[in-house]
Amino acid sequence: MFRFKALLAGTAMALVASAGSARAATELQWWHAMEGGNNEVVEQLAREFNESQSDYKVVPVYKGKYPETLQAGIAAFRARQAPHIIQVFDVGTGVMMAAKGAVKPVAEVLREAGATFDKSQYLAGIVGYYSTTDGEMLSFPYNSSSPILYYNKEAFRKAGLDENTPPRTWPEVFEAARAIKASGWACGYTTTWPTWIHLENFSAWNNRPYASDANGLNSLTPKLAINSPINVRHFQTLADLQKDGSFSYGGRTSEAKLKFLNGECAILTESSGGLADISKSTIDYGIGQLPYYPDAEGAPQNTIPGGASLWVFAGKTAGEYKGVGRFFQFLSQTPIQARLHQVSGYLPVTMEAYQATKDQGFYDKNPGRETPILQMMGKEPTENSRGVRLVNLPQVRDIQNEEIEAMLAGRQDAKTALDKAAERANAAVEQAARAVAK
Amino acid sequence: MIERRPVGTLLAHLSLVLGIVVVAFPIYYTFVASTRTTVEILSPPLPLLPGDHFLENYAGALFGGVGRIGGVDVMRLLFNTTVVALAIAAGKIVISILSAYAIVFFRFPLRMVFFWMIFLTLMLPVEVRILPTYKVMVDLGLIDTYTGLTLPLMASATATFLFRQFFLTIPDELVEAARIDGAGPWRFFRDILLPLSKTNIAALFVILFIYGWTQYLWPLLVTNRNEMNTIVIALSKMISFADAATEWNLVMATTILAMLPPVAVVVLMQKWFVKGLVESEK
Amino acid sequence: MHRRVLFPGTLLPLLLVAPQIAITSVFFFWPAYRALESSLYREDPFGLSSTFVGLENFREVLSSPGYLHSLGVTAVFSLSVALLALTAGLVFAAMADRVLRGRTVYRTLLIWPYAVAPALAGMLWLFLFSPAMGTLAIWLRRAGVPWDPLLNGDQAMLLVVVAASWKQVSYNFLFFVAGMQAIPRSLIEAAAIDGAGPARRFFTIIFPLLSPTTFFLLVVNTVYAFFDTFGIIHAVTGGGPARATETLVYKVYNDGFVGLDLGGSSAQSVILMAIVVALTVIQFRYVERKVHYA
Repeated sequence: MFRFKALLAGTAMALVASAGSARAATELQWWHAMEGGNNEVVEQLAREFNESQSDYKVVPVYKGKYPETLQAGIAAFRARQAPHIIQVFDVGTGVMMAAKGAVKPVAEVLREAGATFDKSQYLAGIVGYYSTTDGEMLSFPYNSSSPILYYNKEAFRKAGLDENTPPRTWPEVFEAARAIKASGWACGYTTTWPTWIHLENFSAWNNRPYASDANGLNSLTPKLAINSPINVRHFQTLADLQKDGSFSYGGRTSEAKLKFLNGECAILTESSGGLADISKSTIDYGIGQLPYYPDAEGAPQNTIPGGASLWVFAGKTAGEYKGVGRFFQFLSQTPIQARLHQVSGYLPVTMEAYQATKDQGFYDKNPGRETPILQMMGKEPTENSRGVRLVNLPQVRDIQNEEIEAMLAGRQDAKTALDKAAERANAAVEQAARAVAK
Repeated sequence: MIERRPVGTLLAHLSLVLGIVVVAFPIYYTFVASTRTTVEILSPPLPLLPGDHFLENYAGALFGGVGRIGGVDVMRLLFNTTVVALAIAAGKIVISILSAYAIVFFRFPLRMVFFWMIFLTLMLPVEVRILPTYKVMVDLGLIDTYTGLTLPLMASATATFLFRQFFLTIPDELVEAARIDGAGPWRFFRDILLPLSKTNIAALFVILFIYGWTQYLWPLLVTNRNEMNTIVIALSKMISFADAATEWNLVMATTILAMLPPVAVVVLMQKWFVKGLVESEK
Repeated sequence: MHRRVLFPGTLLPLLLVAPQIAITSVFFFWPAYRALESSLYREDPFGLSSTFVGLENFREVLSSPGYLHSLGVTAVFSLSVALLALTAGLVFAAMADRVLRGRTVYRTLLIWPYAVAPALAGMLWLFLFSPAMGTLAIWLRRAGVPWDPLLNGDQAMLLVVVAASWKQVSYNFLFFVAGMQAIPRSLIEAAAIDGAGPARRFFTIIFPLLSPTTFFLLVVNTVYAFFDTFGIIHAVTGGGPARATETLVYKVYNDGFVGLDLGGSSAQSVILMAIVVALTVIQFRYVERKVHYA
């Protein structure tokens, strides 16, 4: 009986709540894929924005994992029921950019809302990734991350390595991994997101092309360049280390983080966003920047962001766009950006937020937290490091993962794997481009 | 009376226990995890005995975790999920028993056409035709409604198929006797068929209730308000393998909690299975 | 398959099937028709531009080695899952039918796995068997088994087969139990008086009388293994390593959802529909002849 009453009360409350929300405020739907602690942050941001003014009400809606959210957005757009704002993961950027009639550039939204949009206020590496070739920002970077290196200090001590000096180059990482394995530790090195870290960021960071035509920025059908000698050397070493156990493959996305969290692997390359979990664990960890090859010309260049950005769908009213613009302005505020950056491992979007965090002494107290930002803004991005822009990047990553897995299982060498991956990916890109091209 | 062989019975018990150990282990493991801390859960191997965070985790899941992360309180989620599960189970059973009755006990024009129309839908789950189905939902204005959450999921033929299978086993003599007694189609259905189908209805109810209870992709797609979420969606909101910290202890506790209502349905339906149709005949 | 004794009437049966036909038409046939239509077009995800390409999508799908590979994976996977889940369900049901004491407890415990949402089942299996966080995976490796489903395709296949069967055992168990309950006790008693032992009684009376249930479950399990398992595959292996567990439905899902290749994915759905329609017809036309109805 009690439970039934509680149920009724719950329903009644929900009804009242939804009736209350039907008032004058214009409702803005924000579809997102944020889970766990990040979901709380989304709800909190929407609440704060809604309380800060009375004209607009942002309604965040969780639509599943990133691919599910994108699919839901596409289905809704085709049925003319698109949300106002949708969060799209990094690899979906190419898809959204190719859909010119479906999205409204964020720079335009901000301009129309009366905001002065000054590109130089934003972190170059991040904004560049979400902009057209002529510099117009298309989507609003919400959660951006950069791959960094985490290491287990206890393992370093045990292997006789200096626990305060993280390896800076790939040869150093491999050497450390071997030493750690030799000291009796279960595994030396593992990595999350092999394609994002070891192909996309690997190319940008070492200032090598990932694909022709400025990594696809200038063409719908770039040719992949992931089978150059430096790539082959890198992957062949990984394959060799997998055999002797110094490297341990941990899966296509972020599962390998758990190999670091449970103490099995001593070195991990992973998104800076992974810090949320790692800092809560019992591991005595240190942070270093993403390794590079000392013989690569111009390395280290800059990394390219992962994470996701907020896109605005086309076909809404001017009033609604004004609200979206105001919401983005709200999100850009220094205190909000600084807070987002400090509670998660994500990067601040604006220079001001970075500066404010620095002035508060946050990086002195949390050494290593500045690393992902420095990686992203040290140098002016080159053609190789502005971003990777394939219309079907998710599919291309699948292909690459398949070939890499076959290689790590010992069924083919690195040269074969990368040649095949490039060839298959080129064919897939060509086919996908035909559907988009008019 | 059938003889009881102690050795055979013992063997049966043994294999059942063994089966349960295998089948229920993942669930037990989840329970163990739900009584431990996130740090313990992430440092396998996990001990096989429950830890001492039972109260803490379950209280956290009930009175904080889910609501805080999902934006809606647990009661509302349970209410939605119950409505969805009940509607799907009841709706599908009613629709199916009627059409199976028509197909098995009547001969009418286009009977075979309808037969194949229905049984071809045995395949192809919603996921594979999701874009066009979604379009239908929008055109009919069914987004964010309980109708939209349940009606399309009633379109499958498994239940019809089960009733057909069962109806075919009913002896012709029974139908004949009923007709001689002057029973029309309606009375035959109500007085004979329905009581005979009790076991199957019970089994179907359990299966369909759980089917409705555990839906994920469809509710995710056709609801745009947190207030219309189901418990499974709220749960998946809590789980992140990627960048966010996940409170695994609360996830595990909520997983167990979300299993309790379907299990309660199983337990409540137990007595229906025990009474086979022959016993009820006597 | 057909009854001899029937009720007369036309309007009543039409009214009785009407609700199901209506729902099926709106939510199945119409969308299926749209899938058929879009399989003939090349279209960008947002539907901004589309070109009629005839059967080109089909040609591309059927000529890709990946697709044929998936076909093989699907055959192995579906057969294993259906066989494993049916056998286990039948054995448990037969055993539960024999015992008197504790049958409620057994039934309840055996049905639990079904109560786990497929979206979460994958997570549970990862916590047991993933090399990074699985307790059982760690035990296996301590016992000297080189357990690494992330790179070993056979192990990955074994893992998804067991996980998918695990979800379905409860279902089969439940319906076998219901089916056994419906078998007249008098028949079994008569056989016992004639001196038939438990095993003989099972094979000569119970199993034949169960055949309508078994046929039902065979069809349902085939469909389950084909279609409803991609959630588990998605969570446990993601089709990997190197496509070792990429079934046809997983491919449709992945190409459509992640690859956003609508035309190709629709063409695959259509082929899939054709395969399963054929399977269903075969099952109803030929396998059902062996089914013993009253």
